[in-house]
Order: sequence, then C-alpha cells, then structure tokens
Amino acid sequence: MTIMTEPPKEAFRLSMLINDTRYRSLTFQAIAAIALALIIFYLANNVATNLAKLGLNIDFSFLGAQAGYDINQTLIPYSSQSTNLSAAFVGILNTLLVAFLACITATIFGVLAGVLRLSNNWLVRKLMSFYVEIFRNIPVLIWILMIYGVMTISLSGPKAYLGAEPSKELFLGLFAFTNRGIYVPAPIWGPGSMVVVVTFILSVIAVIAYRRYATNLLYRTGKLLPTGLPTIAILLIPTIFMFFVMGQPIGLDLPDPLANRFNLRGGLQIGAPLIAIWFALSIYTGAFIAENVRAGIQAVSKGQTEAAAALGLRSARIMSLVVLPQALRVIIPPLISQYLNITKNSSLAILVGYADVTATLGGITLNQTGRAIECILLLMLFYLIISLTISSVINVYNNSIKLKER
Amino acid sequence: MKKSVIFSALTIAGLSASAAAAGTLDDVKARGKLNCGVTTGLVGFAAPNADGRWEGFDVAVCRAVAVATLGDENAVEFVPTTGKTRFTALASGEIDMLARNTTWTLSRDADLKFTFVGVNYYDGQGFMAPKDLGVASAKDLDGATVCIQTGTTTELNLADFFRSNNISYEPVPIETNAEAQQQYLAGACDVFTTDASGLAATRATFENPADHVLLPEIVSKEPLGPLVRHGDSEWGDIVRWSLNAMITAEELGITSANAAEMSAGTNNPEINRLLGSEGTLGEMLGLSADWAKNIIMTQGNYGEVFENNIGENTAIGLSRGLNSQWTDGGLIYSPPFR
Amino acid sequence: MVDSTKSVAFVRTEDAPSLPPPSSAAGPVKWLRENLFATPANAILTVLSLIAIYLLLRDFLPWLLNGVWNSDSLAGCREVLQGATGGCFAVLTERWNQLLFGFTYPTDLYWRPTVAFALFFLAAAPVLFFDLPRKLLIFTALFPFIAYYLIWGGSIWTPILSLVGIIVGYIVYSRLVVSSFAAGFFGAILAAVIVWIVGGSFVPDGFAVEGSMRSVPSRDLGGFMLNMMLGVTCVSLSVPIGIALALGRQSSMPLIKFVCVIFIEFIRGVPLITLLFVASVMLAYFFPPEATVDLFLRVVIMITLFSAAYIAEVVRGGLAALPKGQYEAGDSLGLDYPQAMRLIILPQALKISIPGIVNIAVGLFKDTVLVSVISMFDLIGMIRGPIPASPDWNGVYWELFGFASVLFFICCYGISQYSQWLERRLATDHR
Repeated sequence: MTIMTEPPKEAFRLSMLINDTRYRSLTFQAIAAIALALIIFYLANNVATNLAKLGLNIDFSFLGAQAGYDINQTLIPYSSQSTNLSAAFVGILNTLLVAFLACITATIFGVLAGVLRLSNNWLVRKLMSFYVEIFRNIPVLIWILMIYGVMTISLSGPKAYLGAEPSKELFLGLFAFTNRGIYVPAPIWGPGSMVVVVTFILSVIAVIAYRRYATNLLYRTGKLLPTGLPTIAILLIPTIFMFFVMGQPIGLDLPDPLANRFNLRGGLQIGAPLIAIWFALSIYTGAFIAENVRAGIQAVSKGQTEAAAALGLRSARIMSLVVLPQALRVIIPPLISQYLNITKNSSLAILVGYADVTATLGGITLNQTGRAIECILLLMLFYLIISLTISSVINVYNNSIKLKER
Repeated sequence: MKKSVIFSALTIAGLSASAAAAGTLDDVKARGKLNCGVTTGLVGFAAPNADGRWEGFDVAVCRAVAVATLGDENAVEFVPTTGKTRFTALASGEIDMLARNTTWTLSRDADLKFTFVGVNYYDGQGFMAPKDLGVASAKDLDGATVCIQTGTTTELNLADFFRSNNISYEPVPIETNAEAQQQYLAGACDVFTTDASGLAATRATFENPADHVLLPEIVSKEPLGPLVRHGDSEWGDIVRWSLNAMITAEELGITSANAAEMSAGTNNPEINRLLGSEGTLGEMLGLSADWAKNIIMTQGNYGEVFENNIGENTAIGLSRGLNSQWTDGGLIYSPPFR
Repeated sequence: MVDSTKSVAFVRTEDAPSLPPPSSAAGPVKWLRENLFATPANAILTVLSLIAIYLLLRDFLPWLLNGVWNSDSLAGCREVLQGATGGCFAVLTERWNQLLFGFTYPTDLYWRPTVAFALFFLAAAPVLFFDLPRKLLIFTALFPFIAYYLIWGGSIWTPILSLVGIIVGYIVYSRLVVSSFAAGFFGAILAAVIVWIVGGSFVPDGFAVEGSMRSVPSRDLGGFMLNMMLGVTCVSLSVPIGIALALGRQSSMPLIKFVCVIFIEFIRGVPLITLLFVASVMLAYFFPPEATVDLFLRVVIMITLFSAAYIAEVVRGGLAALPKGQYEAGDSLGLDYPQAMRLIILPQALKISIPGIVNIAVGLFKDTVLVSVISMFDLIGMIRGPIPASPDWNGVYWELFGFASVLFFICCYGISQYSQWLERRLATDHR
C-alpha cells in the first residue's frame, strides 16, 4: 500500500498507532513483545518458585560426577568410573553412528523400492507397494520392537558356535551370525601395512583419474576407451603386489569359539542392538524414501523422456542423463528431511537396548541422578544442533539447485 | 474457534484436581483421594488385575494410607510411574507418596529431597541363569552377556560387582520386564539381573521354571520403601506409621480376622494403644482413633499382605527371609507404639 | 486337377472366423509373459519375489492358521497346541476390552466412548467430504462437547458452559468483525472468557450433580481409545495454531516472524519423545505451584505444539505456492490483511495444503504410541505393561503386536487412501 504522492506532513496522533499502517505493525509488535515477556516471566517465576519450594536447584555439576554404569558399545574409551559427561558423549557418538549408517541403507532401500515400484513386473510392483504401505502405516515403535523380536528368535545364540565341537560352523570360517550380534574378522595391522593402505588409496585416485580421462577423450574425439577391466586392474594389482612385497603385513583376527564359554571372542562384533535399530530405521524410512523417489521420477514430464528417445538415447541413458538429474531436484529436499527423521527416530534406540544419547544422558543418567530438567535440556540441545545443521544443509542445497530463471 | 473449547474444558477438568492448602494431609482430605505412585506393572508388587483393580504388595501400602486418612481403601488414585518419571511426579506434587520398589539411598534422601519413611521389603539384586549354562556362581560370569532391566539402581550395582571381581561383561539394558524376559529366553543374554524378588516373580511365569536357577550371589542392598517429599513431616509421619501399624500388628498377632474383636480391649496395653481403645495416638497424627484398626481390618497385617501377594503360596513364591519379623530373625522391626 | 464340372471356384461368402491368438499371446500366458517374464532380468526378479513371499508366509501362515482363540491363559494355549506352531490369540479374545479402552476405564461405561467414536465419523464427514450438505458442520461444531461429555462424563454443565461461551464469542465476533478483525477476534475471546467466569460462578453445585454422568478421570483412559483421542484432539487443535504460526512466519513484522521461526525450528528440531519427557518430567514445574495439571492434558499440550509446528510448515508451503498476483489482487481491492487472508489467500493455500496436513495427521497418529514410553497405557502401553505383567499372559508377544499393527494399518491406510482421493479431487492442473 504505497502512497504515490508526497504524503502531507501530519502531526502524530495517538490513534495513528492503531489506524495508520505505518505505525500499526510497531504497535502490534510492542504488544506481542510485552505479552511474550510476561509469559516467559510467568513460566520462569513458576519454575523458580516450584524449585525453591522443593529445595531443588538447577545444577549441572552432576555431569562431572562418576557415571557408575557400563555401556555395551563405546566408540571412545569409557568405563563405569568415567563421568556422566563422557557417558553422554558415548551416547552422542552412538546416535550419530546409527543415524549415519541408517541414512545410507535407507537411501539404498528407498531408491530400490521406489524404482521397482515403477517396474513392468506386476509381482515386483505389488510386492513393493505392499512393503511401502505396510511400513508407512504402522508406527515405527512397533516396527523396532518387532524387528528386534524377530532377530532374537530367528537367529541362534552364540552357544551354537562355541566349544570344541560346535553345532554350527562359522560361515566361510569367518563370520558368525548370532542374536547377540554379527561377528566378522577384524584386520590386524602389522608393520608395513601403511604402505599397502597408501598404495590402495593411490590406486583409487588413479582409477578416478583414468575414468575422467576416458570421458574427456570420448567427448573430445569420440573415441571409446574400455573402462571395466582397467578399473579392476588398476584397483587391485598394485595393492596385491605391495601386499606380498611387504610380506603380508595385514592379517585377520577371526572370531574364536574357544576363548570364552559365553561369547565368541576376537574379530569385530557388531552388536545386535545396533543391527536391530539400524535395520529397523532403514527399512522403515526406506518406505518413505521410496515414495519420494517415485514421486520424483513421476514428476519429470513425459515429454522429457520422449525428447530423449527422439534423440536416440537408450533407455538406461535416458534414465541416467535426462530423468534422474531432473528428478533429483524433487527427491533430495524430502530425502534430507527423511534423514532428519532418522536422526530423531533413533531416540527410540533404548527399545532395543542400544545406548544412544537418549538412553545414556536421557535414560540411565537421568534415572540415577534424578536431574530431570538438566538432562532433558541438554538432550534437546543436542538434537536441536543436529537438526539445525541438517536443515542448513537443505537450505544451501535448495538455493544451489533453484531453477535459474533467465 | 470450536476447537479451543476442548482445551478450555480440559483445562477445567485438569485444574479441578488442584487444591491449595498448607499440608498434604489437608490436600488429600479436600480431594477425597490419595494419589499414590506405583510401578507400571510388576507382578506381586503392583499390577492391575484382569478387572483393572490394582493389587500387590506396594499397593497395600497405598491402600493402608488411604484407609488411615480417608477411611476408604478405594479412595486411591494409582499413578503409574516409570523410573524416569517417578521422582518428578513426587516432587511436583502430582502424587502424594511413592510406593514403587524404590531403593533408599543417601543421594535420593539428601540431593533429591525425599524422605523415605521406612522399608517394606528388603531386597537385593540377583542373577538368573539357565540351568544348562552350568554356572554356579555369579563370579563365573566372566565375559557373559547380561540383560539388565533399567530404571533402578541395577546398572550401578552390576558395574560395581563386576569391577570389584575384576571380570568383564556385556550389558544389554532393556526397558520392560516382558522384553527382557524374551531376550533372556531366546538366549540373547546369558543371565538376567534385577531385584531378586523380581527374578523370582519372572521365573514363576516361565514355561519351565525348573530350567532356570537363581545364582546365590546377592550383589546389593536394596531396601525398598515408600517415600514422600521433604518439607511436610506431618504427612511423612502418617505414611511411616501406617506402615509401622501393619508391621506391629503382625508382631502382636493382630490379623484382619481378629482386629475387630481385639479392639474391644485386651490385657496388652500396646495392642490397645495401636487399635485406639487406649491413648490418643491417632489424634497425635491428626487421624481418627481407629485408624490402625481400619488398616489392619482392610489390608491385614504385614505378614498377611506378604503372604497374599508375594508369599510362598502365590505364584511368585517368595520366602520371608530377611523380611521376617525381628523376633524371627528377620529385619522387619517397627518402633513401638506409645 | 481341377474338376471341370465344378467350374465355379470355391468362393467364400463369409469371413473365416478369426482364429484365437496363439496361446503364448493371449490369456494368462500373455499376461504372465508381459507382466512377469518380459525380460530375463524381469524373470529373475519374479523368481526372487516368489522366494521372498514364500519365506514370509512359511512361518507366518501356520502361526496364524493354527492359532488358539479360546483359552484363559498362555499355559492353556500351550496345552492345546502341544508344541505345534501357532499363535495364542486367546489373549485378544480375553483382553480385547483392555486393548481398546485401557484397563481402568469402567467396563459398564464402554458404550460411551463407543458412541463418541461412532459420532466422530458423523462429525468428521462434512469436513472430509465437501459434497455433503454444509449444515452438517453444525454437528461437527457440537461434537467436541458431546464427545467430551461422553468420554469424561461428570457435570453436563461443563460442556454446556463452554459451548455457551463459544456461541457468545461467535456472536460478538460476527458483530465486531465488520469494523475490524482484531476487534472481533479479541472481543470474542473476551466475551467467551467472561461467560465462562461468570457462568462458572452462577452454576450452583447442586446443578453439577444433576444431569451428570459418572465422571471418569483422564488417568483412566487407555488403550487404542487413548491413541484415537490424542490423535484427533491434537490434530484438530494444532491446525488453527499451525495456520497462525505459518502466517506469523510470513509476517512482515520482524519480532513476530522471529518468534514464530524460533518456535517452529525448535519444535521440529527435537524428537517427539523428548517433548514427551518434557511433558512428563518438566512441564509440572512450569505450572503454578498449587496447581497440578494431569498428565493427559500435559501430553495433549506437547503433542499439539509438536504437530502445530509441522502443520505450519505445510501451510507455509501452501502460502508460498500461491502466485503473487493473488496477494496483489487482495491489496488492489482495498482489503486489509485479515480480510485478504480470510477471503482470498487462506482458502486457496489451505486447499493446496490439505494433503500435506493429512500426511502430518497420519504421522502424528502413529506417533501417539510414544506416550507408552512415559507410562501412559495406550495400546502399546498395555502391550508392554499390564497385560504381559499379569501371570496368565506373561510371555505373549507377537499376537499383541500383530493386533496393534492391524489396527494401526487399517486406520492409517484408510486415511492415506482418503488423502490420495482428495489429491486427485483437488488436482486443478491438467496433465
């Protein structure tokens, strides 16, 4: 509501605070500010009165006190004598770990299911619709509990693998699948192993360089270089060569059925709680991602596919060069918000006994110290930081892919 | 617009429960109901039966206090609480007392500002293991996977026990008893640990209880008892002496069956004082003279409550053990009524 | 050799009947070829799918078909099954009422929530289906009061008084809104509050007893009923709040915008479960010391705030999708902000947002099971708490979760089918 002519200079009257649009918004904001301040004061006052009445106080010193409990999966050194703060950090790392892993696998499940839902195959299409619908329409809490339950009863205990004459052999002599977790061989890094690792990294870089060169050559001259075999060759031969030259420095630490009467020892154990929550979150969120992927692919106008076909592209090329790049613009923002959901849903990890931050800081620490307000404030702060970080990624991405209108 | 009315109506409903008064006793009397915090369900201690009526050992304490203050054992609102919510519920006044197998510790007393009024069950943390595991002692559990029911002091005791014996273990914290049981039975953990009373109750419901043994070690002291907020000692006294009345009744041989008869007067002055036919003990607490008699007549004495809910003739089948009267070599001991 | 006597060549006078297509190009075979075995890759997928289906059904079907429906305890089931695979569905036939209504809701009063549930469909119908006569909306407006009275019982004067307050507020609003929206809005609130306060003191206690149904404290609500109530209440409360937040976020007033952004981002940034922890362990400290607000109300407050933030984002999307011309058209007609919003912008923006709001509603309804974590006995709370804690049914697990899954699937699938129908119905683009 701009005023085109030069406004006459008016004396300020009190009624202009309400009637004049120039001042009205100031009035409203002032009222809102006062109301907000009053509400905050009221709530803060209530908290202060309540706590004073009970002789309690807000005090974060419990974070420095000894936690006193053990955690089954610790990515940083931790024992029961560590502080509550380090227990919280163990929890935070566990949350981040499971969220990260679940994001990757959920994307794989989701893209597979989303593409297969558009398949020509009737059975596959129906099966994928069934998957998507059944997971989208039942609460994640039920899924987590059921998946954990299924894992527990369908896999055997480690007992089957234990002892001198086990009833089950290790799979390929390397792996054990039990309802306490999956045991895989762990690498032992001997002296000289660094050289092998560095060789491998260099090979990877070389492969990338070679492929880039091949693409450039194709675009410039139209000459097609083979990529499949050379890639494998570059990737493996130098590494294998170095491995034997250095005298086989990397060994394998196999799960040992004899070391302990209760559990397999040695190797790398991926605990059942981690697998359960990881799988449950992945397959649940995968169903949502599948819908996003399908919507994204369908959002690409049919004319695009037809135009590409008219140019003589094969259907795989149409998908990878024409449809997917455009579909991604639609798919990625909801995809990232699904990642956010995974992070938030990982707070249910305690249901399967996985020690995420809600289970340590917001669970056992809260129970033991009784410091409910402090623990929950810290918990919310952590999730808030994670979410805001992810949201800012979304915003940056959204800005970068915005259709450049000319 | 129409939506906001639900809110206002709910506000009316929600706030109507509030009453501003000086003491908890006056609040309870004004409300006509005792708000008592219990567990969300532990067989024998506090669990709703098929008809939705709360029953159990801890529930009896709540009902006893309701009888003493309001004269009606059904004037109790049972508020289920979890390990997380129980202390806030009590501190914020949502419940008047907490009778939820809560261990009496110094920090809960001094730091969280609660008053434990006594002990109604002496428990300790134990282990249950399948018989075919061949474990005779908890000290043999080096490297074992342990299912822990979270929400009590269990995690801390377990860590202390394994550390002091210098053996390692793998903890699996589980939230509910039902899930812990499922994990344990499927072999996802070697042993299950929680309070010994809880273990016995759980084992009693197994398909083959005889296939499981309770290990001899009791790794902690768990004196469980009702508690109230700091700052209202009168109310604390009422809860304390309601519990003591049941204990003393057993010691003096007063049962729900003979309480009415005995209240007519006996040669034993302590019985007379307890049942209100002599002295003014009830008045001192701000209760009626026959408060203790009513408790005993409705709930029974301590021994009866024990036998009816968790005793050897129930599915849970706990023996009295430490929870015998001091006269029988146990720890249950009430200060005198005089 | 041509027989000359029959000089006339054979001439067909009618078309030969067309042969059926070869069996490989018609009927089930064709369908199979086209839909299941079109290419080798496709055939492999089909075989894999069949294997997957077999694996799923191999253990599931015997469990389902062998199930025991009549028994009074798990031990009884085990006796009947004699070690064979089979579910113990007897727990459902015996405890269905606890699963649906919670274990403390008085058994003889089950008809009340049931009636409220049936009426809910009647009330929701005109909101969901635009073709129904608009007059039915009057019943929708009355429904919350009826449902409140049915479920909680107590004095009939509570809902009547609230209703009168709202009606008076509405009358004041429609009188004052002609001059200014703000006057109408605040006048209505003021009038309603005055009616409640004055009315509250006028209704004598004696009346409260008369015409009252047995009152049920909200702590006694439970089971699937609790999930339904939380879902319905919180979604309907959060829609207006969400719209207000969305408008606030678009506002040109920096302070309002700032507050709304902070609020929305905060709520969307934390998991619902932490908000429920706030409801169960922290919120009590925020109320005046002498008041205790019951857990149900605290949970309703937190879930409502939670879904309001999500709905606000959906509505914001709807607002942003409107062409700028619509806003300018409103300005050029000389409408002020509330008028332009009410008459031009929101009707269109909300239409775009409805499918999104329905999705949020489904998600929220599913999330109501999280209240079981804070010791409320909703459907999942019953399944994880009292039912397995009873000696008879200790150890029953899959049957109960299966039951819960079926209930939730029916509800959520129904709503999402509705949402898809609505989306097709509202689609105005021509593709």
